[in-house]
Amino acid sequence: MKYIIIGNGVSSVGAIEAIRKNDKTGSITVFTDEKFPCYGRPLISYYLEGKTSTDKMSYRGGNFYKDNNVTLKLGAAITKIDPTSKTVTAGGKEYAYGKLLVATGSSPFVPPTPGYDRVKNKFTFIRLSDALAIEKHVGADKRALIIGAGLTGLKCAEGLYGRVGKITVVDMADRVLPAVTDSDASGIVRAHLESKGMEFFLSDSVAEYEENAAVLKSGRRIEFDILITSVGVRPNVSLVADAGGAVEIPTETGRPIRGIVVDETQLTTLPDVYAAGDCTLSYDVTVGCARMLALQPNAYLQGETAGNAMSGGVTFRRDYLPVNAGGFLGLHMITAGSYVGDAITANADGAFRRFFVKDDRLTGFILIGGYDRAGILTDMIRKRTPVSNVDFEEMIKQPALGALGMDYVRAVLGK
Amino acid sequence: MKRVYVNEEWCLGCRLCEYWCVFSASGEKHFPFAFDGGAKPPAGIRVESAGGINFAVNCRHCDDPLCMKSCISGALSRDDHGAIRIDKAKCVGCHTCIAMCPYGCIVSGGESMPIKKCQLCASRDYTPQCVSHCPAGAIVFEEE
Repeated sequence: MKYIIIGNGVSSVGAIEAIRKNDKTGSITVFTDEKFPCYGRPLISYYLEGKTSTDKMSYRGGNFYKDNNVTLKLGAAITKIDPTSKTVTAGGKEYAYGKLLVATGSSPFVPPTPGYDRVKNKFTFIRLSDALAIEKHVGADKRALIIGAGLTGLKCAEGLYGRVGKITVVDMADRVLPAVTDSDASGIVRAHLESKGMEFFLSDSVAEYEENAAVLKSGRRIEFDILITSVGVRPNVSLVADAGGAVEIPTETGRPIRGIVVDETQLTTLPDVYAAGDCTLSYDVTVGCARMLALQPNAYLQGETAGNAMSGGVTFRRDYLPVNAGGFLGLHMITAGSYVGDAITANADGAFRRFFVKDDRLTGFILIGGYDRAGILTDMIRKRTPVSNVDFEEMIKQPALGALGMDYVRAVLGK
Repeated sequence: MKRVYVNEEWCLGCRLCEYWCVFSASGEKHFPFAFDGGAKPPAGIRVESAGGINFAVNCRHCDDPLCMKSCISGALSRDDHGAIRIDKAKCVGCHTCIAMCPYGCIVSGGESMPIKKCQLCASRDYTPQCVSHCPAGAIVFEEE
């Protein structure tokens, strides 16, 4: 079998590892427009912060591609998929595949804004090359303006903290981290970052850029030396769309959701073409519908599922949900799921702990400053464990296996 | 593979396993030295109590290890003995693994420090110290 994988993110690694469990001899070729072997993309903020270095960022050991007999073609962008002749095109040359995985990821969205072209030092923040480019412009006298107060924007802010003199963040939303917090949790994060000297302008956006300044819709003018746009990502679907594959699903609002449409084995609507990671739509168990879940854990699991399906291995239905973990300058948080249903707050010892319950199921949680054993809660969401079957009062104080009952404990810990 | 299993009917709740775990992970030769720096359990094993029953919980080294598959830095991997191991140099302390472990078996190492988890006492010839030193025989290390 000839396997071709487009992209070298963690979906790609997940697929390679799965394929090689089932097929030791088939040829695997990975094409990527990047210049680096796989690294964890979320590490780029940790890199800026000095908590890791390029030599430690390699997602797998140095010999990973060689050991798995994978041909890695760096700096080689695929420009076309032909599902009829089963070939892909790179650099004008055609390559035949038996099974193809599209793991093209997502790209930062840059809202069209007058004057953006005039800005000299402008960046997005998703690839290692972005962090390396930004790093060339840092300095104690530099001012950074970040557009977007989501997870990526704030992680970028954290990465730049201490490496530039001033950090300002602008977001259209009325609060920071709008996707993963409620207003109370958001306020905690914002206050913490403000106490570190960051400045926020929310419910505002850029009307126009000058070379070294942004004029906001509110009229405020912010001068900067480095501009980073981090307002969200769009799935990279064009290769599959051009080949005739489905890349959106309709919604009740009339506005379709974009992302490569896949089944439970990550197969697209094109024969022998699979897709995984940020470029796809995932079924989110906490909202009961498909959405874009551009998160690294999901990317690996989807790549693995695709790899198994492509190489005749065993696949099973994965339940996906949003899970985010990380810190902002000493304030650590874990969030998961969706914030629907009844909110239950169980703050303790300075930690913010809020849980969301709907129809006797835990649908989500926000834990800031204290999240010991949070994965037990994530598992409750994933498995749709009835809250009424659990000692929930104990569970929200301190997640524990005992709160799930001794039958469960014996099943998972006993022989 | 050989895994650590728990016989909760024998567990006294003495938490000696937690201390032997910290000692084992410290790499120190003498037991008290492991705690000189203020180290406190839990590390790779912890004792829970529920309704008067005590039992020790440690990493299952799952067949489907969500910690390893969700690690953002590739710091978690499975070794030749089947143990899920942490590469302390690569871990950035993001705690995605803590968010994903269904059994709550991964422990924060503190601000910007690598996480702590059961390594099956790899550095002690894969002789889990929690098992060796359980006075009640409530923790065993056996093939499935």
